[in-house]
Amino acid sequence: MLAHAVLGNTVVGNDANSWIWWAWIPDHQHEIYAYLREHMTLTALSVLYGLLISLPLAVFASRRRAVAAVVVPVVNSLYTIPSVALLGLLLPITGTGREPAVIALTLYSLTILVRNMLEGLRGVSDDVLDAADGMGYTRWRRLLRVELPLALPAIVAGIRLATVSTIGLVTVTFIVDQGGLGRFIQDGYQRDFHTPLVVGIVLSVALAVVADLLLVRVERAVTPWRRASR
Amino acid sequence: MHFLVDVWHWLTASAQWHGGDGVPHLLANHLRVSFSSLLVAMVIAVPLGAWLGHRGVGGVVAINVANVGRAIPVYAMLVLAVQIFGITSPTGFAWTGSFVAFVPLVLLGIPPMLTNSYVGVHEVGEELVDAARGMGLSEREILRRVEFPVALPLIMAGIRTAMVGIIATATLASFTGVDTLATPIYIGLNTNDNVAVFGGAVLVAVLAVVADLALAVVQRSVVSPGLRAGHARRTRAVVPVAAAA
Repeated sequence: MLAHAVLGNTVVGNDANSWIWWAWIPDHQHEIYAYLREHMTLTALSVLYGLLISLPLAVFASRRRAVAAVVVPVVNSLYTIPSVALLGLLLPITGTGREPAVIALTLYSLTILVRNMLEGLRGVSDDVLDAADGMGYTRWRRLLRVELPLALPAIVAGIRLATVSTIGLVTVTFIVDQGGLGRFIQDGYQRDFHTPLVVGIVLSVALAVVADLLLVRVERAVTPWRRASR
Repeated sequence: MHFLVDVWHWLTASAQWHGGDGVPHLLANHLRVSFSSLLVAMVIAVPLGAWLGHRGVGGVVAINVANVGRAIPVYAMLVLAVQIFGITSPTGFAWTGSFVAFVPLVLLGIPPMLTNSYVGVHEVGEELVDAARGMGLSEREILRRVEFPVALPLIMAGIRTAMVGIIATATLASFTGVDTLATPIYIGLNTNDNVAVFGGAVLVAVLAVVADLALAVVQRSVVSPGLRAGHARRTRAVVPVAAAA
């Protein structure tokens, strides 16, 4: 009895009660790939839609205080709504599936993206803007050639944060029959079986770390002028 | 339209407001779980962060702990707690409302408060600290009477971020058998009752918004008036809001 209790809790072992049952992994390769792919798709779509929406919002908010006074509190309050509630509000309208998951995750990404973009755009010094104006840049050309490139580090930092947060949040979308690796976590809970739970957590954290490292590379690649100073 | 009428009837049905499954009981337990974990996390994180900030040590850890926490799925933490501790609270922990929700929520609440306390105290102007030292204040008095009040806007922002994250994550605990205001959502999903799902979601959203506004009012009242004007930037959280779980 005692022996069983001790063995049952070993971190590495080969029975169903241990934290990881290695034989389970090759047997479930297909699910692992499928859920991993779903996790990445949900994340990529949400951050992409988030970018498409937040870029114009941030640009207009950086140009007009009145717009910022509306946009900033609205995107901030989105983050206050718990994901369970947001998905619950969407469910009767959209039904289950990818739609409510992507809508909810996109809305959450807006808080981080808009805030970072706005900070980046506001950080461009007035001297630089004056110089661009003096050189005869039109407003749009100045935005594209001067302001956005200078705000790029802050924007990419926002994308990094949004991506890592979204990867964590995707797991909750099991509520609307999605979830990516969250399906393993839910499965592990429902069957009181540790292995899928551990696999889900480990892969989800690993995905976040890998995505973050890749985006650091992107950050370096798009800001070559910062490399010299490092 | 018909659907919203059904939701209205669901929300106003008297059965909804009485007994063990009623809104008052669920709300009370939700608040008990949330505030017990917020308080414990605060007692750990704020003094630790402030002290580290005063000494100027451990900055890398204090600042990055929030980023690491972000990558861990909170639902997994809740499930993990159930599998480690079992659903019944150990004796002596009844005040937590639910021990299995309490432990992950404490862990979740620590990072934003630790980071903000560290940064807030660390960024207090050197000349202010020097002046206090010159007046003969001890190190502990400097921390308590100068650095802490000046850092308070940032510390409060961290507490607010932690509280929003904890209340949001507590809703997820209903999916691991803990009574919270999101329990009707959980039951509704399992019985294909969209009215209950939507009604429950409305209740949870109202709770989240009201809690955030309440803490905004507290934040305003505890911060020294001298720090308000022109310091709007400082009151914003350094950590862009912890996971909305």
